[in-house]
Amino acid sequence: MRLVLFLIGLVLLPAFARAGDPSNAYSAFASGDYDAMAAAVTELAAAADPHAGAVIAALQAGRLYATEDGALLIRGDDGNYTDLLSGKPVAADEDTVKKIRMNNAVRRAVEAAEGGLQLFAADPATRRAAAETLFKSHDTAALSALTRARAKERDPSVAEAMAEAEAAAIVMSPDAPEAAKLHAVAVIRARGDLEASALLASIPSPTPAVAAAAHNGIVAIQRVLQLWDVAESVFYGLSLGSVLLLAAIGLAITFGVMGVINMAHGEMVMIGAYVTFVVQEIIRAHAPGLFGASVVIAVPLAFIVAGAIGIAIERGLIRFLYGRPLETLLATWGLSLVLQQAVRSIFGPTNRDVGTPSWMSGALPLGGLTITLNRLTIILFALAVFAALMALLRYTSLGLKMRAVTQNRAMAAAMGIRTPWIDALTFGLGSGVAGMAGVALSQIDNVSPNLGQGYIIDSFMVVVFGGVGNLWGTALGALLLGIVNKFLEPFAGAVLGKIAVLVLVILFIQRRPRGLFPLKGRAAEA
Amino acid sequence: MMRVSFATLAPPALVLGCAVLLVLGNVVPAASSPFHVPIFAVSLTGKYLAYAILALALDLVWGYVGILSLGHAAFFALGSYAMGMYLMREIGRRGVYGNATLPDFMVFLNWTKLPWYWYGFDHFAFATLMALVVPGLLALVFGFLAFRSRVSGVYLSIITQALTFALLLAFFRNNMGFGGNNGLTDFKDIAGFPLQADSTRNGLLLATALALALAFLLARFVVLSRLGKILIAVRDAESRTRFLGYRPESYKLFVFVLSAVIAGIGGALYVPQVGIINPSEFSPANSIEAVIWVAVGGRGTLTGAIIGAVLVNLGKTYFTSALPDFWLYALGGLFILTTLFLPRGLVRLFEAKPVAALSEVPATKARAA
Repeated sequence: MRLVLFLIGLVLLPAFARAGDPSNAYSAFASGDYDAMAAAVTELAAAADPHAGAVIAALQAGRLYATEDGALLIRGDDGNYTDLLSGKPVAADEDTVKKIRMNNAVRRAVEAAEGGLQLFAADPATRRAAAETLFKSHDTAALSALTRARAKERDPSVAEAMAEAEAAAIVMSPDAPEAAKLHAVAVIRARGDLEASALLASIPSPTPAVAAAAHNGIVAIQRVLQLWDVAESVFYGLSLGSVLLLAAIGLAITFGVMGVINMAHGEMVMIGAYVTFVVQEIIRAHAPGLFGASVVIAVPLAFIVAGAIGIAIERGLIRFLYGRPLETLLATWGLSLVLQQAVRSIFGPTNRDVGTPSWMSGALPLGGLTITLNRLTIILFALAVFAALMALLRYTSLGLKMRAVTQNRAMAAAMGIRTPWIDALTFGLGSGVAGMAGVALSQIDNVSPNLGQGYIIDSFMVVVFGGVGNLWGTALGALLLGIVNKFLEPFAGAVLGKIAVLVLVILFIQRRPRGLFPLKGRAAEA
Repeated sequence: MMRVSFATLAPPALVLGCAVLLVLGNVVPAASSPFHVPIFAVSLTGKYLAYAILALALDLVWGYVGILSLGHAAFFALGSYAMGMYLMREIGRRGVYGNATLPDFMVFLNWTKLPWYWYGFDHFAFATLMALVVPGLLALVFGFLAFRSRVSGVYLSIITQALTFALLLAFFRNNMGFGGNNGLTDFKDIAGFPLQADSTRNGLLLATALALALAFLLARFVVLSRLGKILIAVRDAESRTRFLGYRPESYKLFVFVLSAVIAGIGGALYVPQVGIINPSEFSPANSIEAVIWVAVGGRGTLTGAIIGAVLVNLGKTYFTSALPDFWLYALGGLFILTTLFLPRGLVRLFEAKPVAALSEVPATKARAA
């Protein structure tokens, strides 16, 4: 039985060999017939012949030579020749061998074949890259190689890339049947990026059915891309909103508890940013290895520095002005001018350079989005600060007293709460949070004495929009304003978008003069 | 009705008298005489008096109705822009590009025809009217919306600030058609009189002093009338006034619009004397600075606003040239010290006891917020 099989095998073997007989292909190189050479290159690549890679590489490099009897030699760097098939060194010189040259047709075939050969590489990343290249070149010559490579492929994601490349080749080939083309259009449509859309738009002489399918595909792809655009706007809006939240939340606390508008709040943010700068300078000078942790070190320091300054402001200035909110506004504005000028005198009027630690730089691809890590970190940081503040208000004794004073100052005092202390601590807390916001802002904005001024009006808008004395309102207000701002930008441009947001908030205040979440009860009628 | 009293007539007389003296000092003595007043001093005084008009307007709403507007410089700047547009059109062919109708910046932006809102600004009278109407209209719309829904206190302050900030951003845009970043400048003459000439500058100072005097008399007439009593009632006890059957929002709206118009006049007189108007006039910091003029002089006195505006700006002119780094400390300190130690202002500092005509009611006792 085995013998019979063996015999059958013997009989069939030459037939298999004939299908892609390499020796025929090799002889074409020596013939000097460019068409035959191009065909041979394609044939070798398609057969995945063991020597095909070497031949094609040598052709590319101009190192392939032929002897007069048709044997192929490769010239090494040292000028010696080796036989292609046997790999043995051959004694030959310039007179006895002939360099094999290419014309453009051969060159094209070689390039396609190179891509085709990489489809069979051992490394999945190389195979995927080859498939991607073929998708972009959508060369019909690579079609058969792609089909075979895909049949052999084990890695599903690489197989998908190959299927896409195959589909690209099919839609581009003039003689593919309509059904295959329709299927290919569906595959490309599923890919769904700008290249797929461009490819569908450039199908040569499509039949009506294919043209309709391609058109539908383009529309569908555009819709998906628009969806990604929306997602991107939401992300940038959240990023802007989290910055606003960080800047505004301290303001909301002081305004809510004390009814005090602190115009110097922006300067607390600015001081936080300068604390980051100083921390980084010290680390650069004394412990460069710690640079990655500089921002983490700066956060508590900024909280302490800005919080201490805040308490000093409250004890030294604001407590004399209670019950006169408009005067407080003016006095703190004056203070903000003094603080700005002081920082300008100490650090100079120009922008200072604050570095970004390596773990915060870079980007994370997510579908059609690129998420920059520093913005993501700031979003997470803002949420963490918000959660911490909520917990502090909800679960600590200080938070309880702060809420009591917010709701009814006189009653809280009557119950034995030392309201002056609560005021001072609240102001310190609000300022400290502003300082931490400054650390975050130093990562995305210029650190200059004017840093705080750029955010103060936006922060006010957030507080007024969200409603006083309610941190949820502040959070929702900040995120909403951030997102609305980013959605308006593409239509109206950055400046008009900002104006529109301001006008919207002004109009919104008409409807709800006390913000999204007004305080209820006696505290409401201030 | 307004009594014709010393307190009513003295400030305008003093303002006019000083202006006339300065002008005479510039015109009569020879340039070498020690009594000669240089022309830049005349223009500088004119600028201060234009600021004083703004301060007066602000005092009218803050001192008497308790509306702390942090965006009043917006009305001033709108008046300035209206006059600046006239001055731009007046340049005509003398511009760099020699275009008879289009201002230089429009030619530069490749605009081919004048935007519709520039029509009519080649007439002095129309531009003057617009310097009153545009700020007045904005105040009417904004005030109507804000007062109707009872936005008050710091909320109102903040949205007035947002208003001027929005205008600042808008006027920075080139395609708004107001010269963008650079604003309007390079003016040649006003109603046929060359702006560089001493006689024109003297005339502008006199016009500003006259406008300030008239604005003062008008404001004083308003605050001393029956209406003025209600305004003060609204300032001190808005709910009570409402329960007595008045409509505080109507009174507030009236004074707010009047104040905006007065500020617009100030702006219109300001721009020919300084020779430029650009969007930075809209910046919230300017409006807040105007508030400190009033606070320093003494709010709710009208006279104090004028004195405060002139004094603070004298200080600013001196310090920004002599000790530039010191100015912001001084201004910031002024804010803090005035609110802490001088809440009633300079004017009342020298009065042993409040005179009824000057300080109708002691400074607001705001309730805890």
